[in-house]
Formats: sequence, structure tokens, C-alpha cells
Amino acid sequence: MRFRARVEVKLRPGFFDPEGETVKEALNDLGYRVENVRVSKVYTVDIDATTIDEARLLLDEMCRRLLANPTKDLYEVEVQPL
Amino acid sequence: MGRKKACILRVGGTNCDLETKVALDDLGLETEIIHMNHLLRGHRRLNDYSLLVIPGGFSYGDYVRAGAIWGKKMLSKFKKEIEEFIEEDKAVVGICNGFQVLVESGVLPGIDGSISEYPRATLATNSSAKYECRWIHLKYHQASSCRLLPDLDEDTVLRIPIGHGEGNFIVGEEVLEEIKREGLVVFTYCKPDGSPANGEYPYNPNGSMLDIAGICNSRGNVMGMMPHPERAYFGWQMPDWTSRGLQPYGDGSLVLKAIASYVERL
Repeated sequence: MRFRARVEVKLRPGFFDPEGETVKEALNDLGYRVENVRVSKVYTVDIDATTIDEARLLLDEMCRRLLANPTKDLYEVEVQPL
Repeated sequence: MGRKKACILRVGGTNCDLETKVALDDLGLETEIIHMNHLLRGHRRLNDYSLLVIPGGFSYGDYVRAGAIWGKKMLSKFKKEIEEFIEEDKAVVGICNGFQVLVESGVLPGIDGSISEYPRATLATNSSAKYECRWIHLKYHQASSCRLLPDLDEDTVLRIPIGHGEGNFIVGEEVLEEIKREGLVVFTYCKPDGSPANGEYPYNPNGSMLDIAGICNSRGNVMGMMPHPERAYFGWQMPDWTSRGLQPYGDGSLVLKAIASYVERL
């Protein structure tokens, strides 16, 4: 079966996010009263697996091995059949 | 016996390979710049070299994270060869992006000499939020486990340039304790008089824990550093040679000469 995963990788709380800070400043310049902006990266991954649980396991492994660095990143994975 | 051979590995986005080769050639090593595809196709064998340098640049466009793609590609294709290279006490040096590659691949910190499946450290975005491209002061720690720099004097404050946006060395508490216990801190950023930067900007340019600028593995033959010794190799590369007088060699030569000396003794 083919599955589509949405993988969101974001900095752990406390890690400095200069991109988020810059976006926050720009939004405030536009007149919005923005308190905080954090930037995440989203990967859309299509993968073949026998079950949705297997797909989740594989995605989890991909995150730990490449998509996220466990020292500074958190990740969330959502998988659904295609 | 022929000259010892150095492999400067490159991929798309590598951009410090040539100046590294010029410096290592000058030190008497037989140096080749090898694209990773040449190793993959069997045109060259890692085993034929005594020194592997992973130079600076922006490999694979710094996609995912700086050094992440190259680190994982290298390990997925050559893990066995790299493990053998390390076990034979040959030298592996990562400079700037090369340091990021060694961290992302799990080769560094290399506690217990092993390559970890997942990265155990990170070189995060500089705390200044800037791409820091300038000269810094650097202190070498002779008490570290690093065996690549036997001839380097601890009392010399080195002036070497940096050029990176992600050099903020961070580890979890457990790994930090292991790094301290194993003596893996090789270089730290310092003040011009050699006193510790203690995290103070601009002496510590990126916010690195313990002012770390370079570390080694437990075995002492793999080293990664953010500063670029190859950009301070010749005297005319130093920023003030016109006022101080032209010397044949710059501070970076002390680091590369020490590495070459280790390699020559293999």
C-alpha cells in the first residue's frame, strides 16, 4: 500500500530561531501585534509499506536518522493511505 | 617509500578543496581532490590514503541541515571503509562544513571510537543570528585526546578565520559529560590574550558550549573544527601582513603542519 506522510520538524523550545524572530519583526512592522513566531519545516513523503503502522515506524526512523537532529529538533509524523 | 597520500573529498557545494590541497601539497603530502562519485564508482579507494579531509563549503546546498545529507550519504555508502580507516589510526579531518558532516554522520563525537546511528551533537545556528565571516582567536588543548596535533604548542594563540552560519556546538548533558571525561575538546575560542572567551561575543562567535571550536573522537584520530586553517596557511593570507611584515607562513600552517606530521609518521 502507498501512504503519504506529513513530517513536521521544528526546533526544540529554547533553541534560537533567527528566521522566526525576523518574521516576527516583519509582521510587527506590518502592524500586527505578534508575540512569537517559530518556523518549522514540513516534508511530504510518499512511501510504500504493508501497513500504516509499518509506514509510521519507517517514518520515525527516517526522522531520527536524517530529517531531524535529536539534539535540537522535535518532529511530528502524520500518515494516511493514498 | 613514497609520499603519504591525502584525499580531499568533495561533492557538489564543496568550495574549500583547492586551498586545502595547495596547503597539504606544500607540506609534502601527495594530495588529490576526489569527488565522492569517484569512490562510489571504484575509480579510487579510500584505503589508499592516510589522511581524509572533508573540506568546507555548502555540501548539497545545506539542505535539511548543514552537513546532514553528505554525512548520511557518506555513511550509507562507505561506513565499513571509514570504520576501517579510523581503526587503522589514519587521520580524518573535517573543516567547517566538514565538521558539520562528521557530527551529522555520527562520526563525531565518536565516543568509545564508534560511529553513532544518530547524531549525538549539533552545530546549530549561530547565537548572533549572523553568518560570522571573520578572524577569531583559538586555543589548542594539549591535554585533549587528539593525537593529530603532537607538534602544536598549547601556549600559542592562533588567529584563524571562520565563515559559518551554523557553528554553535550543542550537546545534551550526558554527551557533554562524556566529552569532558574523554578529553575530546581540542580547540576553544578565546580572547586575544589566550584567556577563555567564556561564551562572550564576539570572542566566542557562535555561542558554542564551553567555547568549543573543535573536537576529536575518543581514539584521537578524527578531528572536526569550525575555523579554516587552510585560509591562514600562507603569511600573505593573514589580515595584517602589510603592517606586521610578511612571514612565509600564517597561523593555520601550525595546525596543518602538525596533522601532516602525524600522517608522515604513520
